[in-house]
Amino acid sequence: MSADAAAVSAAVADAHRREWAFTLAATVRVTRDLDLAEECVQDAYARALTAWRDGIPDRPGAWLTTTARRRALDVLRRDVLFRRAMPELVVDEAESAPDPADGFPDDRLRLICTCCHPALNRDAQVALTLRLVCGLSTADVARAFLVSEATMAARITRAKKKIATARIPYRVPSTDDLAPRVEAVLAVVYLIFSTGHTAPRGSDLVRAELVERALDLCRMLRALLPEDPDAAGLLALLLLTDARRETRLDASGALALLRDQDRSAWDRAAIAEGIALVREALRARPAGRYALQAAIAAVHAAAPSWDDTDWQEIVGLYDVLLQRWPSPVVALNRAVAVGFAFGPEHGLAALDALGAEPHLAGYGYLAAARADFLRRLDRTGEARLAYEEALLLTENEVERRFLQQRLVELA
Amino acid sequence: MAKYLILLYDNESEWVGVQNEKTERMFAGHRAFGEKYGEAILGGHALQPVATATTVRPDGAGGLDVTDGPFAETKEALGGFYLVEAPDLDAAIEMAKQVPIAAASGGNEVRPIMVFE
Repeated sequence: MSADAAAVSAAVADAHRREWAFTLAATVRVTRDLDLAEECVQDAYARALTAWRDGIPDRPGAWLTTTARRRALDVLRRDVLFRRAMPELVVDEAESAPDPADGFPDDRLRLICTCCHPALNRDAQVALTLRLVCGLSTADVARAFLVSEATMAARITRAKKKIATARIPYRVPSTDDLAPRVEAVLAVVYLIFSTGHTAPRGSDLVRAELVERALDLCRMLRALLPEDPDAAGLLALLLLTDARRETRLDASGALALLRDQDRSAWDRAAIAEGIALVREALRARPAGRYALQAAIAAVHAAAPSWDDTDWQEIVGLYDVLLQRWPSPVVALNRAVAVGFAFGPEHGLAALDALGAEPHLAGYGYLAAARADFLRRLDRTGEARLAYEEALLLTENEVERRFLQQRLVELA
Repeated sequence: MAKYLILLYDNESEWVGVQNEKTERMFAGHRAFGEKYGEAILGGHALQPVATATTVRPDGAGGLDVTDGPFAETKEALGGFYLVEAPDLDAAIEMAKQVPIAAASGGNEVRPIMVFE
C-alpha cells in the first residue's frame, strides 16, 4: 500500500523522535565510530523518505536499523582502508538484551551511559545526549543553549574525540558503578528540562523542544530501568511541573505565577500519571531527591486553589528534601513556603537567614522572593529596592517584564 | 589494550622526608597497588622534590636557558607517576582509584599515551 508524501514525511519525523536512539545505538556497535554511525543513521532516515512511499513499515525502528547497519557494513567493506581521524571505539562485546519485537540488541542504555561518562564535563554530557540520543542537529543544540553553532560543534567534537582517544568504553557500567552513572544521566535530563522550562536568557519563557526532549529521555530511562525509583521520581517531577506549562503565561503573554494560574487548564492526564509515579518513587527508602521534589509538585497539583494549598505539608516536604539534598536553592524554596504557611514576616526571616549564602549571591529568585514578602508587609521602599536588585540579576525577558510591572504597581 | 600515565599530584611536604603513620599507610598502599596489578604496571617512580627540578626552556633568542625550578610553580606538584596498561578508560580509572591519594593531594590524573602509527 503506497503512502502520500505528507504521510511519509510525518512517519519519518515521528520515527526520528521515537527511534533515533535505538537505531544509532545499534549502529554504533557495527561501526565502532560515532561519526560514521551518525552518518549511516541520517542516511537511513533520508532513504526512508523515498522508500516508505511504497508503504510505511510496521516497525519503522527495525527498518531504519537494518538500513543503517547495512549501509555501515557497505562503507566498512568498500573502504577496507577506512581510516578515521579517531581510533576505534572500545565496544564491550557483551550482548545487550534484544528488543522483543525485532530481535536487535537494545543498546540505548549503553549509548546514554557513554554520553554521560564522568570523564566528560556536564556541558559535554548534555550536548552529546541531545545530539546522539535525541538526534538533534548541532545547530538546534547550540540554539537551545544560546551559544554559537561553532562553539557547540567544537564542544561536541572535543567530547567525541575524548571518548575515542581516552577509550571511554561503549558499555553499561558494572553493578558497582551503575548507580552513580544513572544519577549523572538523570542530572543531565533534569538540566535539559530546567533549561527548557525557564530559559535562563532570551525572549521565551519556555523552550518547548527541550522540555519535550527531556520528557522523551525520561520516559526512555523509565522503560529501560523500570525498577529504578529515581527514574520514576524524575519522570513524576517533569510531568507534574510541565502539566502547568500552558498556564504559565496569561492571555497577554505575561508571566502568571502559580497563585494566578488557571488550574482548570492544567494537564490532568499528566498530573494523574505523575501522582501515580510519585507514589511508586516514594516507596524507596530513603526517598530520593526527585521523588521529594515531585511530591511537592503533587501537593500543588492536587490543591483546588492557591488558598486551599497545604503549605504546612509543603514545608514538611522541603524539610525532608533539605536533609536529603542540602542545596541553597532548596533552602530558598523552603523559605518561600514558610512565608505562605506561617505569614510573610516568617518567610522574610527565613530568607534573610540565607542572605550570607554565597551560592545565592547573584541568584535573582532570592531578591524576587524577598521583594514579594516585603510588598505584602507594606514595606514599599525596601520592596522596590529588592525588585530592582532582582531585575539586575534576571535575564529572561518574560520574567523581567513581570518584575518591572511589580515595580510600577509599587510606585 | 592501551597505555595510560597516572600522574600523582601532591603536596610533597606531606611525605618527603616525613615518617609517620600517614606516610607508612601511603607506602603500604603503593606496595598493595604493585601487588594487585603486577604486570599491568609498566613502570613508575616517585620523584625527588620540586626544589631539585631544573627547567630548560627557549630563551627567546634562538638559544636555550637553563633555570632552577619546575616548569610551573604550584602548591600541588607532580610527585610521581605510574605507566599502566588497561583495556579502556574505566579500567584505568579503577587503577588510579587504587593508587594512594593523600587527603591534601591534588589528585591522580589519568592521561592516555599517544600512539603514532
